Amino acid sequence: VHAQASFLLTVITFLPLFSVAALLVLRSDDHVWIRRIAFAASLGEFAVSLLLLRGFDGTDSGFQYQEFYNWISPSIHYHMGVDGISLFLVLLTTFLTPLAILCSWKSIRENVKGFFICLLVIETAMIGVFVSLDLFLFFVFWELTLIPMYFMIGIWGHERRIYAAVKFILYTMFGSILMLVAIIWLYHITGTFDLPVIENILSNSAPMSSTTELLLFGAFFLAFAIKVPLFPLHTWLPDAHTDAPTAGSVILAGVMLKLGTYGMLRFCLPLFPAAAHKLAPIIGVLAIIGIVYGALVATVQHDLKRLVAYTSVSHLGFVVLGIFAFNTIAIQGAIFQMLNHGVSTGALFLAVGMLYDRRHTHEISEFGGLATPMPVLMSFFLFVALSSLALPPLNGFIGEFLILIGTFASHHVWAGWAASGAVLSAIYLLWAYQRVALGEVTVEKNRDLPDASGRERFILGTVAVAILFMGIASPYFTRPMEPATNALLQQMNDELQRPQNAARPAIPAKIGTHAIVLPAAMTQRQARP
Amino acid sequence: MTGMTVSLAEQIANLHRVAPEVVLCLFGMIIMIVDPFLKPSSRRALGWIAFVGTLVALASIHVAASEKGFAYSRLISTDSFSIFVHVIVIGAAALAILGSLDYLDREGIQRGEFYALILFATAGMGILASANELITAFIGLEISSISTYILCGFRRQVKESNEAAMKYFLLGSFATAFFLYGIAMIYGSTGTTFIDGAKSELERQLAANGHIPSLALLGLGLIFVGLGFKVVAAPFQIYAPDVYEGAPAPVTALLASAPKAATFALMIRIFYVSFHSASNTWFWVIWISAVLTMFIGNLGALVQTNVKRMLAYSSIAHAGYILVAFAASTELGVAAVLFYLAAYVLMKVGAFLVVTHVGQQGEKRLAIQDYAGLGMKQPALAACFSLFLLALLGLPATGGFLGKFFAFQGALDSARSHGGAVIVLVVIAAINSVIGAYYYVRVIVAMYFWPQSQEYVPTRVAPAMVFALFVAAIGTLYLGIVPGRIHSLAESAAHSLPVQSPGSNAPSNASLAAPSDGNAVR
Repeated sequence: VHAQASFLLTVITFLPLFSVAALLVLRSDDHVWIRRIAFAASLGEFAVSLLLLRGFDGTDSGFQYQEFYNWISPSIHYHMGVDGISLFLVLLTTFLTPLAILCSWKSIRENVKGFFICLLVIETAMIGVFVSLDLFLFFVFWELTLIPMYFMIGIWGHERRIYAAVKFILYTMFGSILMLVAIIWLYHITGTFDLPVIENILSNSAPMSSTTELLLFGAFFLAFAIKVPLFPLHTWLPDAHTDAPTAGSVILAGVMLKLGTYGMLRFCLPLFPAAAHKLAPIIGVLAIIGIVYGALVATVQHDLKRLVAYTSVSHLGFVVLGIFAFNTIAIQGAIFQMLNHGVSTGALFLAVGMLYDRRHTHEISEFGGLATPMPVLMSFFLFVALSSLALPPLNGFIGEFLILIGTFASHHVWAGWAASGAVLSAIYLLWAYQRVALGEVTVEKNRDLPDASGRERFILGTVAVAILFMGIASPYFTRPMEPATNALLQQMNDELQRPQNAARPAIPAKIGTHAIVLPAAMTQRQARP
Repeated sequence: MTGMTVSLAEQIANLHRVAPEVVLCLFGMIIMIVDPFLKPSSRRALGWIAFVGTLVALASIHVAASEKGFAYSRLISTDSFSIFVHVIVIGAAALAILGSLDYLDREGIQRGEFYALILFATAGMGILASANELITAFIGLEISSISTYILCGFRRQVKESNEAAMKYFLLGSFATAFFLYGIAMIYGSTGTTFIDGAKSELERQLAANGHIPSLALLGLGLIFVGLGFKVVAAPFQIYAPDVYEGAPAPVTALLASAPKAATFALMIRIFYVSFHSASNTWFWVIWISAVLTMFIGNLGALVQTNVKRMLAYSSIAHAGYILVAFAASTELGVAAVLFYLAAYVLMKVGAFLVVTHVGQQGEKRLAIQDYAGLGMKQPALAACFSLFLLALLGLPATGGFLGKFFAFQGALDSARSHGGAVIVLVVIAAINSVIGAYYYVRVIVAMYFWPQSQEYVPTRVAPAMVFALFVAAIGTLYLGIVPGRIHSLAESAAHSLPVQSPGSNAPSNASLAAPSDGNAVR
């Protein structure tokens, strides 16, 4: 039943794409207007996306603003909706995109039009991923995020951009193609691509054989784990980040990595709860290795951008850990931490990008004592570093704290190890800050670098306000997440506690038995031997 | 039905059922007749006549579609299936002709027989698609083959072109001989050369003796050799890279698309209809061939630095993906093959047409280095080429993705009868499409990320070519974004074949009916 007849999600998803059309009309050397229109479009997009908050019922665990139309054959639908899990991720995307456009104002000089087109297409694709409730539609948007990001790294990136771009696309494609097979397989088990219906069918029919469930879970999880990236699959990330332009890094770290953790929450947990529980110990350990390893590797980096990139490996480890702790607090913490990481790490990349604009290097040894010529920029840098290392009362603290409490409730040891990551993050970030900003100016060239311009102050100021707001007013964010999180966990528990069906059909026979479509049909099916 | 006297009405109906072939041959002959009377400088007009011919043929498909049924003593079966394939084949020919107009001027080989041969080849492929009898199919195969042998060698003064024609001719003759031998064996074991007749005879023998006569299976094997050659299925793909590279680029565009579609259509008729009762046997042949084809195509393409040759290997790989859908041996599989062919023809012809243009005089600019910086020099052309490459790669929102999607779906749907093997096949196909990503993306890398090539000096893209590229690009996007209509046409085309789903208790179409109430909350 349609809760509301609304076009809001369609508008939010496709508005950036629509503004691409406006950009295409402009002459390609009219840089001023290209920038202005792109920025105006992304601001408008942010404003429209704020409308989501107005009508959003924070006590409802289901999907809101649903849209449902037939698309291809009867089984593929255009189905969109948001719940407490995806709502803020959409807002994060629309919040970061204008900043990414603003930070590229001066630094992108060639092919300006193409750059902003890429950025806006990515925005559409990412929002599409967050709001899709049909697996096919989801996959289309999921793959669409790749190409513009690939061009962004490859055309406007730094020294080793081509290598980074190709590595990025091959890695992620490998993960997603197996997910496509899993999606089709799931369709043959359930007869639909519609996520809520699939969940409904899976929780009402005889359970899949554990092998099938593990394989399907594995295919989905692999795609998401590469995106996150989870520990042994992370190697594309430092390269992609180091060589991406600033805006690319902001989008990549800010939103794109969250596509992976979001996918785990949205698909892996509710669809395959048994497999998720079975593999949780392994995933938890990998997440912890990621936390500690990412932090240690970050500590020894001499390239500032690479350092920030490795902090992502560490921080996203927290998020995965929170997700696979399977309790409300930890998952809420994980979702909140996704937002924090988006804002804080995005801000770190913004600051690093501003340094790069001035010196065209990321080498820490090229900096030193920058607080003297650039007090404002460096203060902001310290502020976002503190938010990233989880200093109370800033946003990072809330997220990590919730994850740690939640994890502690179920796994003491995990929480202990993870907490060491929090300590390490203080080491690498403060040490980096010290080497970059404090002491005497070591390189003569740096003595008369200009401090943050008005535009840069605006960018960093906006982010700082967001960081502070999210830290102080965190319940404003976590509360609407709670019903959806609880519903998710409830659904997993129901599934796990369901008495195992004695007459469990063997899976080869079950594939393609499209009879299981409606609950009524299902009960009949189960009654049969 | 097979009486000597046929009523006039029946004659006319028969003529209607082969209307596209009649139109194509007529226009081919008009070109041949007009050719000697034209000055060499105005021979280009013949190309336009040929293009009009394909348009009229496309229109005449309507005539055929309104008179569905058997024609000429059941030799020809005009059904939704053959209609669908006709549109693909003739459409591909039309695009190839548009791409040839300026190419032939550029190469100085503007001659009428080129267009006539394209039309005759297309007519042969049309016969292949609608043949209900194996000798008729053989005639169609020969008409199309012989025409394309000549077309391959059309750049007479170029060594590679001659090599291509020779290689294609020698190996192709062998392949058709195998095909003919296969027909003989099937005739020997069933006493008929009719495709539907063989079906009932084989089923009768299966019921009577409990097995299909091995002579018939041997015949099927030989037929697979002959037709596998035409669709470039491994291990009969050896010739393809050399021939595709040596042939004039617009001919390659045609060669890589239309004969593949027509031959797959015939293969479907023989395998799915005649040998439906042996589907568990030939499933493994197709399985092995599909795996080999995908790996050979993709791994071969990985190491190419010549874009034309890379695309040749890529068409081998795509034959493999089509075989994945083919292995399904269900109606859903047929629909998937048909949809894939439609998408494939658009993107492949599009890609080869770009190669035609960038190749410049003498097709000298085929190396990947020549594409360096094309994105800056000719943004629209590069954008088109990127679209075709991404479609070949299988990126969502392009026809290529939906093609793969339906192919995987069709194959997985048959897991019930083929078990885990088909799941393994789909996973192998999935891994292969990631291997494919590497070499398609590399060309895009060159076009956009490399410093501009000095060798390739951009030339204006001729209007006919622009139009052809535009049609191919729009078609690729159309199949990617709103594929519903074409897919349902493919489904009804598949349905028009006398194939039964194995087990036949669960028609595949019913399985697609998902609950329409998708809003059930969790």
